[in-house]
Amino acid sequence: MIDWSHTALTIAVILGSCLTLAGMLIWVERRLLGMWQERYGPNRLGPGGCLQSLADMIKIFTKEDWIPPFADKAVFVITPAIVVITALMSFAVIPIAPNFVVADLNVGVLFFLAMSSLAAYSVIIGGWASNNKFAFLGSLRAIAQLLSYEVFMGVSLMGAVILAGSFKLSDIVNAQQHQWFVIPQFLGFLGFFMAGLAEAHRTPFDMPEAEAELVAGYHSEYSGMKFGMFFVGEYLSILLLSAMTVILFFGGWHGPWLPPVVWFGLKMFGFIALIILIRAAWPRYRFDQLLSFGWKVVMPLALINLLVTGGVVLWRAG
Amino acid sequence: MEILFYIAAAVTVLATLRVITHVHAVHALLYLVVALIALSLIFYLFGAQFAAALEIIIYGGAIMVLFIFVVMLLGPLAVEQERTWFSLSAWVGPSILALVLLGEVGYLIASGDHPTMAVAEPRQKAISIALYGPYIIGVELASMLLLPGLIGAYHLGRRLSSEARSC
Repeated sequence: MIDWSHTALTIAVILGSCLTLAGMLIWVERRLLGMWQERYGPNRLGPGGCLQSLADMIKIFTKEDWIPPFADKAVFVITPAIVVITALMSFAVIPIAPNFVVADLNVGVLFFLAMSSLAAYSVIIGGWASNNKFAFLGSLRAIAQLLSYEVFMGVSLMGAVILAGSFKLSDIVNAQQHQWFVIPQFLGFLGFFMAGLAEAHRTPFDMPEAEAELVAGYHSEYSGMKFGMFFVGEYLSILLLSAMTVILFFGGWHGPWLPPVVWFGLKMFGFIALIILIRAAWPRYRFDQLLSFGWKVVMPLALINLLVTGGVVLWRAG
Repeated sequence: MEILFYIAAAVTVLATLRVITHVHAVHALLYLVVALIALSLIFYLFGAQFAAALEIIIYGGAIMVLFIFVVMLLGPLAVEQERTWFSLSAWVGPSILALVLLGEVGYLIASGDHPTMAVAEPRQKAISIALYGPYIIGVELASMLLLPGLIGAYHLGRRLSSEARSC
């Protein structure tokens, strides 16, 4: 029988910490960007400026929530929720520590892929429903980008799945007790991380919302809390990307001395900082560069990686 | 468990009805996405977790995105055109055919030979062994079918050189 109180507590803890962390990440990102660009960033409210997100939230709640008269109203209103809901749903299968997971599905990896492909709807439909040509261009770019990265994201994950012999995320973590999968699966890790950056619309692959070319891309017409949802959704997908990278390639909660949750958090924070550093250091690629790089370089590499991994595993099994 | 199945089934049927009756193509496709998600929940309830996940990844995620991509480009004029096409007389033929199917379903239910909810749980391992064992010919044929499609798409979409375009 399912232990409902344990499940409910886990859900509450994960939901609460995800939303809080996503809010705090906004401040962390601005401070880190400031540090790397030799300026301060927000440092006024609270110690070191850590209450900045709270102030932003109050501002965003009290702003006028404007729905453009030319927009497709019903669709326009539901889209911001999709990105947040799908990201939070994915956290249901993420094992943070042994027995600290909402639902350890047999098909955990596939569930993550399913939720990430549904998350793309928010961008596509949001840009279309805005009925604005810049937003629409943003969503067209998002679709073309999606079609190129979704394929190699799945393929580069499969190496880790073959090595662990399971789609279950906790099995994958346990298979890495002695060696992290990043060593045998380095190509897979690179492919997955690149696809993840494109998925979360982060530099250098943030073409759907390229603010220098498309105003703000797919969310140009969104304001107030609806924009806030897109914003929080982006940070939730950064959290998700770093959590998945840690689980699939960096040994999940395994590590010496410290308790599992701390190890998981430390590794995750490392990846979050790396993602922010990439934004600080890297210019945005041109739109067609991601497409051709994805199909002509990463996709073949991921396939070769899959082939070699499968061959080696079969050869070892005899 | 059974109540969950009936809710998911009701959502599937209602969403599919809206797919057919909606004049706005993008909204209709969004209802189709909802129907596919509900369908995947039904798969999950039957114990077919693998099929449920693939239903969302392939149909909900990839194929519907392509559909929406094409339909989005139609623009607002398409709605008016759809409305003129959507006359009452267009309903007669499909309705008769659907009624025949409904009669068959009713007969099957009434005759009392229902299959039960508990289907044998197909694990992803069993599916893979079946696909790459006895059904390997089918997998190979499907991949041979996909390859000409890929080459054909490349042929149609290739960039012509300037002298080829001028003549």
